[in-house]
Amino acid sequence: MIPAAFDYKVAESAEQAIALLGEYGDEAKLLAGGHSLIPMMKFRLAAPAVLIDIARISDLSYIREADGHLAIGAMTKHIEVETSDVVAQHAPMLAHVAALVGDPAVRHRGTLGGTLAHSDPASDLPAAVLALGGTIIAHGPNGAREIAANEFFTGYFESVLAADEIITEVQIPTGTGAWNYQKFNRRAQDWSIVGVGVADGGKGISLVNMGSTPIRATAAEEALASGASAADAAALAAQGTTPPEDSNADAAYRTHLATVLTRRALEAAGVA
Amino acid sequence: MDVSMNVNGQSQSHDVEPRTLLVHHIRENVGLTGTNIGCDTSSCGACTVHLNGQSVKSCTVLAVQASDSDITTIEGLAATAQADGSAIGEQNWHPMQEAFQQCHALQCGYCTPGMVMAATSFLQENPNPTEDEVRQGLEGNLCRCTGYHNIVKAVMSAAGGA
Repeated sequence: MIPAAFDYKVAESAEQAIALLGEYGDEAKLLAGGHSLIPMMKFRLAAPAVLIDIARISDLSYIREADGHLAIGAMTKHIEVETSDVVAQHAPMLAHVAALVGDPAVRHRGTLGGTLAHSDPASDLPAAVLALGGTIIAHGPNGAREIAANEFFTGYFESVLAADEIITEVQIPTGTGAWNYQKFNRRAQDWSIVGVGVADGGKGISLVNMGSTPIRATAAEEALASGASAADAAALAAQGTTPPEDSNADAAYRTHLATVLTRRALEAAGVA
Repeated sequence: MDVSMNVNGQSQSHDVEPRTLLVHHIRENVGLTGTNIGCDTSSCGACTVHLNGQSVKSCTVLAVQASDSDITTIEGLAATAQADGSAIGEQNWHPMQEAFQQCHALQCGYCTPGMVMAATSFLQENPNPTEDEVRQGLEGNLCRCTGYHNIVKAVMSAAGGA
């Protein structure tokens, strides 16, 4: 399968990428690792007229710890997050979840900014960033803005990112408490049928593939905060969700999985 | 557009359409057909090559993205081992190729080039893996003959663990 024809532009900097987005508008898509976009283009589910390659912007590939958060450049690859000592020390959940994405060849290409911009509710890393209370820094023609992860995702493959904005950095609070991540699938390298991320001792609980976006299990979070047991809180995990139905699972099964996996994650994280 | 890359130590420049996939570029423009196309959807790993030393699925990389990069395909693997002095056996192959032969780690052979390239990249990142880690490390490479047992044995053997 071969994508529809497009023009290929290389951005050497975020500023240049923003300028190119301004020039080509809706016709253009940013290309990072390409491991979500290129398959969609091969299936002709996406046919941008212009691809702007941002993966060569070396300024956007870094991992730093400062001022109570981890700052990760948007073009940092999953393999780098997975194997970084700094991430392992300050946000071990993120390193763990990065290692669950696809397979090693995918992780050699995929980027943190790319997976957030793609906003697939079945992806693991967006849900991890959500549970950890991360912040997404986006740059546009009018400068930078900070977007809380829980305000970032708006629908299937959709986010608040404007057509002329580029994610430049992801910030993760450091020093947060106990965590666990449960990815449930049946075959190697599959997406989660349902996934659950528990961060900071249960203050952040996020669900994978339980709706049109990665979502917080707010009812379970609130129950825990009010002193409910892990089992009682987990029973509320699917409240307010609209799980998808596909060949892997119907909505009732996903609802059940969400509660079971939340309980397992809370217990594994040591939340009573 | 003009795309230049180093393939198995040789500089290659070709005029390619931006939508050309790296695997098509390698097979049709560079003329190296050892890299196979299997699923064409980044699931099976038959098209695995090294891009700047790391395994990638060349069906999901555009040739233009690999511009100015170093590519190693199965045809060039033995030469990398000969260059760093690790080549072994009668054929003077890369240790992973030798291990695949010694352990009979192939049946029909279609997945083999991708398996060997994925396995060599995996061992660079994890030189002393457990058997379970080998299976996890090769999860992106499918063998439709289901000949995984000897493949894992070969990778363990190449790592010096069996």
